[in-house]
Amino acid sequence: MSFVSEAEEKSPGCPFVYVVRKDQDVYSQTLRKLFNESHGIFVGLQKDEKEKAGKSRTAQLVRVSKNYRSVIRACMEDSHQMAISARDPVMHMHYSTQVSVLSAMELIWNLCEIMFIEAAPAGLLLCHLLDWVRLHVCEVDNMVCEVLRNESPAKHENFWNVVTIFVLQGRMDEARQLLSKEASANPTSLHMCKVLDELMKKMPVLSPGNNQTLTEMELKWQHWHEECQRFLKDGTFASNPHMEVLCKILLGDENTILEKKELMTTWYHFLVTRLLYCHPTVKHVELHLYAQSSLDMFLGGESSPEPLDSILLAAFEFDIHQVIKECSIALSNWWFVAHLTDLLDHCNLLQSHNLYFGSNMREYLLLEYASGLFAHHSLWQLAVDYFDYCPEYGRAYLEHHIERISLDTEHKALKVLRICEQRMMTEQVRSICKIMSMKAVRNNRLGSALSWSIRAKDAAFATLISDRFLREYCERGTFSDLDLIDNLGPSMLLSDRLTFLGKYREFHRMYGEKKFFAAAKLLLMLMTARIAPCSFWMTLLTDALPLLEHKEVIFSADQTYELMKCLEDVMAAEPKKEKLQDDDAEIMKVEMLRLALARNLARAIIKEGTLEES
Amino acid sequence: MEDVVAKYVSQKISKTRWRPVSATALQPPEVFATGSWDNEENKISIWSVGDFAGLVPNGEYHGEPHLLCDIQHSGDVMDMQFLDQERIVAASSTGSVAIFRHHQNNQTLSISQKWEQAHYYDHSWGSASCTGIICNSPEIFTIGEDGRINVFTTDHKEAIRTIDNADSSTLQAVTRLRTTEILTVNSIGQLKIWDFRQQGNEPSQIFSLTGERVPLHCVDRHPNQQHIVATGSQDGMLSIWDVRQGSMPVSLLNAHEAELWEVHFHPSNPDHLFTCSEDGSLWHWDASSDVTERKSFLHTSGRNTSFLPHSSVNQSVISAWLSNDPTKDRMEITNLISNPTLSVNSLDVLGSCLVYGTDTESIYVKKDLFV
Repeated sequence: MSFVSEAEEKSPGCPFVYVVRKDQDVYSQTLRKLFNESHGIFVGLQKDEKEKAGKSRTAQLVRVSKNYRSVIRACMEDSHQMAISARDPVMHMHYSTQVSVLSAMELIWNLCEIMFIEAAPAGLLLCHLLDWVRLHVCEVDNMVCEVLRNESPAKHENFWNVVTIFVLQGRMDEARQLLSKEASANPTSLHMCKVLDELMKKMPVLSPGNNQTLTEMELKWQHWHEECQRFLKDGTFASNPHMEVLCKILLGDENTILEKKELMTTWYHFLVTRLLYCHPTVKHVELHLYAQSSLDMFLGGESSPEPLDSILLAAFEFDIHQVIKECSIALSNWWFVAHLTDLLDHCNLLQSHNLYFGSNMREYLLLEYASGLFAHHSLWQLAVDYFDYCPEYGRAYLEHHIERISLDTEHKALKVLRICEQRMMTEQVRSICKIMSMKAVRNNRLGSALSWSIRAKDAAFATLISDRFLREYCERGTFSDLDLIDNLGPSMLLSDRLTFLGKYREFHRMYGEKKFFAAAKLLLMLMTARIAPCSFWMTLLTDALPLLEHKEVIFSADQTYELMKCLEDVMAAEPKKEKLQDDDAEIMKVEMLRLALARNLARAIIKEGTLEES
Repeated sequence: MEDVVAKYVSQKISKTRWRPVSATALQPPEVFATGSWDNEENKISIWSVGDFAGLVPNGEYHGEPHLLCDIQHSGDVMDMQFLDQERIVAASSTGSVAIFRHHQNNQTLSISQKWEQAHYYDHSWGSASCTGIICNSPEIFTIGEDGRINVFTTDHKEAIRTIDNADSSTLQAVTRLRTTEILTVNSIGQLKIWDFRQQGNEPSQIFSLTGERVPLHCVDRHPNQQHIVATGSQDGMLSIWDVRQGSMPVSLLNAHEAELWEVHFHPSNPDHLFTCSEDGSLWHWDASSDVTERKSFLHTSGRNTSFLPHSSVNQSVISAWLSNDPTKDRMEITNLISNPTLSVNSLDVLGSCLVYGTDTESIYVKKDLFV
């Protein structure tokens, strides 16, 4: 947790309000690229799981790991550029710190990749470790460039330092090339150079290409070692201390190597160099034997190890859980541990470890990371996929978080809705639609409101809105939003009131189109089938008036009886709450209706009678 | 997929649009604009994918898009269109519509005109999101969640025409049909044609999807044959309409698995159509009968010569999009994104170039569509 002061404009008048944020790094502009790009890799990894086994599976996981690392590197590059272009010293510091954090992350990740994911056999392991050192100990690269750029490199003050660096990093070809420059520049040391060159050339190495066995390798190594020893003893290099040192390094003399501390800059470089010349066939389970002692020797009691040192040490000691624990403490984001742990889990390295709280470690870290993303105004979309791949609590977290997203526009609401619908989160779907529907009602957009409640299949709310439509009709005498009501289609069946609204509008349309018989039949049906709410019957009966008074007989005798019954039902149901002012108009209306009904009945009986007789 | 260049831009992209190239120019489009959404501070940005003279001598420059300039935009960018080479019209979720000017000599963007609260529910309730714009020089038509249609011109401070309550649901997208007619789609699956020669506030024609009232999210008109219109809906369905006849779509094509956010006919090669969707996919629909016909011509080797030319003449007249004869299965569909993740919100095609923007905060440019 960290405190970040927000821009003052966000909290007007109160500069003492601080925004507390769960995961500070989530808010970094440059790191957003890391989150977005790694999201794709993460999802990819979860999807093509279980397809392969054995060797190709390892290769696949290593490829994924490399993808993650290249994303970190790209991000580092960006931060570096930002640091260069930043004019503000505070920002410059910020980006420089970011670069160093990212580079530490990449360093740790790379070591974990070598130790846990790749888990190469003896020999090959050392090749990977050497590559690792070459990639990450780059302080010396500038020195190398400077020397090589010199017209006569052999005369440069750092010439021997550079040769030594090459040897310490096991870059024999480059060291030999430089040595040949010395040989040509300095005829007196020609012989020495030749001998040393020969030794370097002969040094046995296990490379991915050749398939020699370990015993073969060890035998060769023994032989080569003795040869070096011989040259050192007979004083071949006595006249040139630099070459003597190099020969001692080849022999794996730990004190000599340690003297070149400043050329290695870090203890893990020392460790790898030490392994290269003392224990070339080390297995990764044996590394812990040398790691701690290398660290102690290198620091020499002068300084205490930093968090990075203990993380790397834990990795060398093959203690995955310690690595993850230390990283969680040292790094200011969950991104690193969450992704690394997930990857290691895919390598089946974490099975045995269950937490006493929550689910397993992988899920715990992913949930933490995703929760941090969800708190972000924009990155929340990424978090959804992470929750999806947390079998135990992912869904609960998602349900909890998704309800807190502010639905500013319909567009955003649709996106959130899609997420919920895809995961059958009916409760959340309903809640989102309800919120949108309420908003629309508040804005007097009944059409939109109805659409949202139809989408949520929220019958109660649809009824409420239908009532608003009907009330508006009663007040104004016309329908608003005809385009919507005319096109309800099957969704009309969602609620009784909505059905009534749709059918009632249909009645008006038929009436408008002069389809009187159909209209009359529909009107009657609305009452007899109890589709219309009782409060609306009077309005419907009033609507029947012009049909009753029409010059043509529209309602049959039977239909008129039914209408009469409806009227009486209304009158009977009407409580005795007669208001005085409405009284006259109301009584008038009823009287008119009764009259019209009676007249229509008379006309209908005559008409039906004559028809039957004819 | 190596020919696609991607760039992560640290903002979710809601719109991408190529800057128009003049009709006489032969070079491919180089400059495009993007708009972002859902950020604390949204932006309109101008990018270039052009080859830089002097940077790479042989012109084999496959670099990623690089930022020319950007400007803050209040609210989500809901829609965006180039008015001309220099001016961009943008619709905001705050209900305002603004014109931005791109000064190409010093690569800056400035706001040159803004209509605040072009869309609103009620002056007391506040603004409504503006969901779409279409420029039909000199007029700019805007639509919004408030169901309103506005007509602006650059020389007027106020709307020159407004239709309140043009739609009872949200108007989702708009396109130009003919000189005085525009076409809108709404969230209950209707297409409405509005004729601005008429004074009334009613649409001149309404079309609708049958039954299910599925919201329509986008619309585009065939560049040459003005009666052919394509729409995309919430369930990912692509519909082709002939606005001369009937009130139902000519064909319904099952396409994406989620919201179809944008549909575009290729402006100069309209037998090709592009759609993108919430499900993270982007499809290229090729209805040109070229492939199958050339093939069949070779196979029949002249036996049916009297028949073939006849049919191909017919085809070119009634357009490939309207012949929905299922037996002539000649639609070729290609998915242009192999690993879909998050939504592809917007796309634009011009010449042989495609640009699209996604919710994974990245923009992609594909340069040789028809190779």
